[in-house]
Amino acid sequence: MSEIRNVAIIGSGPAGLTAAIYSARANLAPLILEGEPSSTSDQPGGQLMLTTEVENYPGFPEGIMGPDLMARFREQAVRFGAEAKLEKVTRVDLSERPFKIWVGDPDAAEPTYLAQSVIVSTGAKSLMLNLPNEFKLIGHGVSTCATCDGFFFRGHNIAVVGGGDSAIEEATFLTKFADKVTLIHRRGELRASKIMQDRAFNNEKIELLWNSEVTEIKGTNKLEGITVRDTITGELSSMAITGLFVAIGHRPNTDLFIGQLDLEDSGYLITGVGEQVTATNVPGVFACGDVQDHTYRQAITAAGSGCSAAIDTERWLEAHVHS
Amino acid sequence: MANAINTLNQANFAEEIATADKPVVVDFWAEWCGPCKMLAPILDEVAGENSDKITVAKVNVDENPDLARQFDIMSIPTLIVFKDGQPAHRFQGASGKAGLLQSLDEFL
Repeated sequence: MSEIRNVAIIGSGPAGLTAAIYSARANLAPLILEGEPSSTSDQPGGQLMLTTEVENYPGFPEGIMGPDLMARFREQAVRFGAEAKLEKVTRVDLSERPFKIWVGDPDAAEPTYLAQSVIVSTGAKSLMLNLPNEFKLIGHGVSTCATCDGFFFRGHNIAVVGGGDSAIEEATFLTKFADKVTLIHRRGELRASKIMQDRAFNNEKIELLWNSEVTEIKGTNKLEGITVRDTITGELSSMAITGLFVAIGHRPNTDLFIGQLDLEDSGYLITGVGEQVTATNVPGVFACGDVQDHTYRQAITAAGSGCSAAIDTERWLEAHVHS
Repeated sequence: MANAINTLNQANFAEEIATADKPVVVDFWAEWCGPCKMLAPILDEVAGENSDKITVAKVNVDENPDLARQFDIMSIPTLIVFKDGQPAHRFQGASGKAGLLQSLDEFL
């Protein structure tokens, strides 16, 4: 510790890295606290690290692999002078400036970093079903990463839970390996975009199970099956599967900021406080990307809001710190 | 086994594990696995710093599907620590250095 940074960016998905590119080009020498490796979407690079082909990011008409796209974002940020650290923030103190940030031991007396401004871009992580057995069977049939684990289900009968774009992307990807993929959705229609829906309907390995929810995960050492409840009739049925992939949505990563930044009831950070679109309730703390967006949640909207956050931060520093 | 990270395959696996004089941490991984690639440099670092206590070895599951099947690998990265030739501890998922050290604690 000692040096006070102009801006610390917490998180390194499309939002954080775009904020880093813009603030680096504004000569603010941003510090990016990228997070730590994990097998969930809460990892450096964010949710795209667990996807395969990204087909809707402008500028890549032929598509690009999610991890490759994020490697390019990062390279661009570092090229202009951003400092990226593979560290996970464990505590922040935003009650006074400079803001205090800890990595490693959150109980350490001295913070690890000090910064005049903070851009929060911690993103969102996948929700789990929260059923007994689910956590225990991760890696033994229950998976949080289709791209990592699909390979091991060659010839298997498996299920994907969810009805949005990511659920269908996973289901489609998994048909490369599995014999049959049952897409279990609790409603009677999909939330996914039209093009993704068509992809699911036209894939003969994908079977849709409408109005159904998983109520039980069975297996001792490895997944043996699930119990599914029909949400209309209430009827329970048993399904023998060896793989279960859960894609039922995301929860914003805002635990660090509880009690310090204003959150919606759903956990998303509240932005647009005052005149700046990315401003939080604490002057000098800005937020961008999925951590504050429960509506669009796309890589491109995250990147766009990252740019806004960097410009808002630059103007705020100019007016309040560097003047 | 040498202290550098070893590459194991179907042909040398059994012998290398059986003759190791220290616990062997075997990393089951593949090129297409993002979290595996994130974990690799961290594992390298931990291997280097603890070369007196453990050795680290890697199994590419793409090239060695039989080994993956033998150890029931259904998710990567999976790390299995072999002690005295037998699997003694198993965990999966990428983590940061502190998390990895904690998972390997009993062998360090």
